[in-house]
Amino acid sequence: MRVPDLAVIENGAAIVPEDIALEIYRRICRTRTFEEGLIKAVKDGFVTSPVYLSSGQESIAAALSVAVPGPVIFAQHRCHGVYLSYGGDPVKLRDELMGLPTGTSGGRAGSNCIQCHENGVVMHGHHGLIGENVPIAVGYALASKKSTLAIFGDGAAEEDYVLSSLGFAATHRLPVLFVCEDNNLSILTAVETRRSWKVSKVAAAFGMEAVDLSDDPWTIFLKAKELVKKTPALMNIHTCRANWHVGIGTDGPVEWDRFLDVRNALKGAGLWDKAQKIEEAERFCMEKVWEQGQLRRLSGK
Amino acid sequence: MGTRTVAETIREITRAHLEGGGMLLGESISAVGWVNNTVPDAGNIMELPMTDVAGAGIAVGSALAGRRPIFVVRFQDFLILNGSPLIFYAAKLKGLHEKSAPVFVRAIAAEGLGPVHSGVLHSLFMHFPGFKVASPMTPREYEDVWRVYMESDDPFICSEHRASYSNKDELTDEIMAGADITIYAISATRFEAKKAARLLKNDGVRCNVVNIVWLKPFTLTKRITEPLKESRIGLVVDPGHEIAGASESIAYSMMINTGYPVKALGLEDRTKCLCPPLQNRAPDAGRIVEAAKELLAGAGRVFT
Repeated sequence: MRVPDLAVIENGAAIVPEDIALEIYRRICRTRTFEEGLIKAVKDGFVTSPVYLSSGQESIAAALSVAVPGPVIFAQHRCHGVYLSYGGDPVKLRDELMGLPTGTSGGRAGSNCIQCHENGVVMHGHHGLIGENVPIAVGYALASKKSTLAIFGDGAAEEDYVLSSLGFAATHRLPVLFVCEDNNLSILTAVETRRSWKVSKVAAAFGMEAVDLSDDPWTIFLKAKELVKKTPALMNIHTCRANWHVGIGTDGPVEWDRFLDVRNALKGAGLWDKAQKIEEAERFCMEKVWEQGQLRRLSGK
Repeated sequence: MGTRTVAETIREITRAHLEGGGMLLGESISAVGWVNNTVPDAGNIMELPMTDVAGAGIAVGSALAGRRPIFVVRFQDFLILNGSPLIFYAAKLKGLHEKSAPVFVRAIAAEGLGPVHSGVLHSLFMHFPGFKVASPMTPREYEDVWRVYMESDDPFICSEHRASYSNKDELTDEIMAGADITIYAISATRFEAKKAARLLKNDGVRCNVVNIVWLKPFTLTKRITEPLKESRIGLVVDPGHEIAGASESIAYSMMINTGYPVKALGLEDRTKCLCPPLQNRAPDAGRIVEAAKELLAGAGRVFT
């Protein structure tokens, strides 16, 4: 049963320090407002390659990036939120999506393969094969002993090589925090149609701490801070993507709207005035990134 | 004859690499014989569980972290399972992201061990951009391939063959004036090509033998093309499948370059079974002789 408050800590926005709560919101807004501009750019024909939107799921990366700073990151195809939350330059992301040589991979890789190797961020690019990043993250952790973050989806969690990698990380007690962004959908096929088991149970059976929770950012923040000290560990986070698997379309109302829930939580914590200013500042910043005249110049359209 | 076998050479290279902070990963490494005595009992060896896809991914991740891992694949057929992280990640990394994951894949071939332990699959990796592919059969060739790997940032497929492990000899090209045919041999067929040349000589056929170590990049140097221009007929021999394989690919390159006919000789298009006569073995000296004579007969040059 998917619910928006699975294992959620009540009044989380009021429990975490104010600066943390607002910083997480800033990062949520960064992804949301970037993708609002991206959706318009797709509609206007400035971005023509496939896009995998993080909207709806952005609270996960925002909370993780505050709770677990500085890991070596191996993200999955839906990676805009991870890139932006961890400090990636939105202009370079825009340029990558537009296929420009100034993009994160020189415009060669695109939306599902974003990398970042600057400003203290180490994020290795995905190549689009779901779950491929997980064994590579595990190998990286084995060879380097560095704190590693492997992010994947509920579909990738079914790949045999992902499960094997969890087992290997457990055997060798590797410093990997596995995060499954469980939006319940492989394209449009629900988890319950695909399998009868939970990846958290499998991870626990391998011998690592594993939790199921929904995408309340304050809870993710608190739990990730705890689990990163106990790696290997796994978080299976129930979330709802706002758009199609690939593309800017929607399939009607989502199960829950975390962005709205977060706003309400900040209001309840008495932080809305500050949060509103943060949101406005992020929107202003992203409107500059996606300014029409600039897009015309860059695209030659 | 040299003093060290190929197996000893691999073991010494590996020991130095591991002692220098490199890594070696593979399945059942310390099992009977330490991979045909090619792996030393040293540190920095990671025994992988029997997870062929994830295992290759773990090796690629180790390469990404800068450890220059040797990834041991005990039978080349298993590369089908290992292939995904190698092909989709390691080999594409530079083209997509200008990064590198230089993993050295020791892909070991064998003969006569049935349908999934006797394959020679280097052709598959020639097909995909991003790999360097070599098949050294002598101690010095192995050292050269290893040196190039250490100077490179590409993933390498080192197509080894058990038939070479006891070899101490360097295999030089055999070039003779007025040769009737040039045989280009790959992997373990190089040992058979030398025997074939002697058999052909007995029948009055003058035969060049040119060794091919580097499959990708395959460079048409004068060493490769000049003997063909002299003999005007060529034969490329490979222990892998002939169709769309290394032998056909290289034969095609040479024909386009020189304008002379070059035939490919590899495995027949059928499954390698365990028992004779269905083993579909790599071309031996007898088959190479037969193929050479057919080619010569087709050109109106009949030898008994």
